[in-house]
Amino acid sequence: MELTGADIFVRSLKEEGVEYIFGYPGGAVLHIYDALYRQEDVQHILVRHEQAATHAADGYARSTGKPGVVIVTSGPGATNAVTGIATAFMDSIPMVVFTGQVPTHLIGNDAFQEADNIGITRPCVKHNFLVKDVSRIAETIKKAFYVATTGRPGPVVVDIPKDITAEKAEFSYPDKVSMRSYNPVHVGHAGQIKRAVKLMRGARRPILYTGGGVILGEASDTLTELARVMNFPVTNTLMGLGAYPATDPLFVGMLGMHGTYEANMAMHHCDVLIAVGARFDDRVTGHIEKFCPNAKIIHIDIDPASISKNVKVDVPIVGCVGNVLKVMLDEIKSHDVQADAAALRDWWQQIDEWRSKDCLKFDRDSEVIKPQFVLETLYRLTEGDAFVTSDVGQHQMWAAQFYKFDLPRRWINSGGLGTMGFGLPAAMGVQLAHPGATVACVTGEGSIQMCIQELSTCKQYSLPIKIINLNNGYLGMVRQWQEFFYQKRYAMSYMESLPDFVKLAESYGHVGMQITRPGDVEGALIEMLKLKDRLVFMDFLTDKEENVYPMIPAGGGQNEMILV
Amino acid sequence: MENEAGALSRVAGLFSARGYNIESLTVAPTEDPSLSRMTLVTRGTDEVIEQITKQLNKLIDVVKLMDMTEGPHIEREMMLVKVQALGERRNELKRISDIFRGRIIDVTDETYTIELTGAGDKLDAFLHALDKGIIVEVVRSGVSGIARGDRSLVL
Repeated sequence: MELTGADIFVRSLKEEGVEYIFGYPGGAVLHIYDALYRQEDVQHILVRHEQAATHAADGYARSTGKPGVVIVTSGPGATNAVTGIATAFMDSIPMVVFTGQVPTHLIGNDAFQEADNIGITRPCVKHNFLVKDVSRIAETIKKAFYVATTGRPGPVVVDIPKDITAEKAEFSYPDKVSMRSYNPVHVGHAGQIKRAVKLMRGARRPILYTGGGVILGEASDTLTELARVMNFPVTNTLMGLGAYPATDPLFVGMLGMHGTYEANMAMHHCDVLIAVGARFDDRVTGHIEKFCPNAKIIHIDIDPASISKNVKVDVPIVGCVGNVLKVMLDEIKSHDVQADAAALRDWWQQIDEWRSKDCLKFDRDSEVIKPQFVLETLYRLTEGDAFVTSDVGQHQMWAAQFYKFDLPRRWINSGGLGTMGFGLPAAMGVQLAHPGATVACVTGEGSIQMCIQELSTCKQYSLPIKIINLNNGYLGMVRQWQEFFYQKRYAMSYMESLPDFVKLAESYGHVGMQITRPGDVEGALIEMLKLKDRLVFMDFLTDKEENVYPMIPAGGGQNEMILV
Repeated sequence: MENEAGALSRVAGLFSARGYNIESLTVAPTEDPSLSRMTLVTRGTDEVIEQITKQLNKLIDVVKLMDMTEGPHIEREMMLVKVQALGERRNELKRISDIFRGRIIDVTDETYTIELTGAGDKLDAFLHALDKGIIVEVVRSGVSGIARGDRSLVL
């Protein structure tokens, strides 16, 4: 049967099993919106700004493992979406973003609401497509989902001119697609895996450094088993939190610029580093010349371009992290591979000594609310079982340090791009995907105002997100750097004229609370959690000049931390 | 690479975004109209070249990639030079052109246009041999490369 391009679009989404499409209508996508109106399989979520559509789809994807789907109109619709696309790209999140385009005959004509979406998004997508023929819509959508979700995942943009959505073509959705130039590797090289296991067997001071790839590759269980079999310490990157249970004794905390003392010291002193689905980001390595000076490095990653990009590795293994770890574990078990027990005992003793520094300590007798205390209490009261999204800055680091994630896909944050404004819309996607779950958005008064308009979306769809606003009146991370490195010249990091967040929340139809005293923190959080079906905006007035510790200053080595 | 609109800009964009240098780039469709062949000349340490290779392979429009410098190969570049050719100089230019196996492909009362093919350094040498003042215009194609012997870049 012949269908219009718009109907083909909607049918294709249905074939892909899309539950939600996050978007905002406009001229170029009106045919598509009409087709969405005439069906009930795919639910459209109307955001208040296109950036939020991409972050919401991103949060949905991160918390489920399924691709997030977005539709925006041409021109400003697409350009507003770019920040969210770039955010997903940096963190390898599967997402398919449909952008409207002016009719084919007007492309290149500076038409109303025209932008070169393909050109603008090219550097921040895994791939993009311009559909020029109605008969290619279904196949292109199939390809877009295939590319977005396989290999190293990432966002894919499909740009669709308006006239194409009105024309008709025969609809049949392909069962599979193949692309001669795109063949992601799944299985790791057996010989390399054997070499890696041999290195691990000989290790005296090993550490597993694991990142977002473990979560994307659904490899948490295998990683956990492997670490336990070998009795190796594990550190997670910011993106990897939850990939290994944070309450497990083998876990030494997050590493990197604001990682724990024990994680960074163990990295610095290790002799065998097993990097799994992590990419040696500058926030992890510190000064690259000083990084893990004595280590032989094994690196497992699905993307060959991530291997030996920043740090030269000794045993590269390209493949799906889950597969590689399984083969590795089989090899270890079948040959009863064990590392030197005596050496490991000494290594663990050393690590425990570093642990005893208690690097995350903070003033518990403070007269003002310590942000760490809020997060620690949130963790305790939610029994570690919440989904936590965050924005970017000090609150993000404190959330990463104080909320102990035992499960993957619970910690949702913009790690690579560091996008302020991410937290609230991302929480919307998470809450839609997990209707009964507690979803907390940890944010600050700076970040939250970057997508504050989404309080309206939350009202429309009754999303009972719990917003934990750590309000110190400063762009805290900027202020911290200015304190440390610019002699306390606080250029533009203080925000005057903040709104009354309680009234603001109420004006959107939500519940707002302001908490000013440490003694009220626990009670307020309990009350918040009781309001199961309401969005609650918790405005905590916290210590204005608290800093995130430990900290590796820019250019420092991993063993050169500033401690509290 | 796929002979598709935008494929070239993905390659060019990758080089500018990651700060790699393109010394020359040639691209044209092959005998299979769905494929284009691109020869790109760049410079870098082994690590940089490895990273460039990997990043290019990640581009979905790149079907197959070969580092020509890993084996014996032939590089050719084509150049068209328009020179002032007056009086005595006309014979002199013909001789130099012959020495470099160039061909004079267009003649006016005042100019010659010479076509020359070869490796880049040969073209450089030819330009060097000409009196600077007489060069009116130079067009170079950029390098095309092919491996020697049995090694080939085919699907």
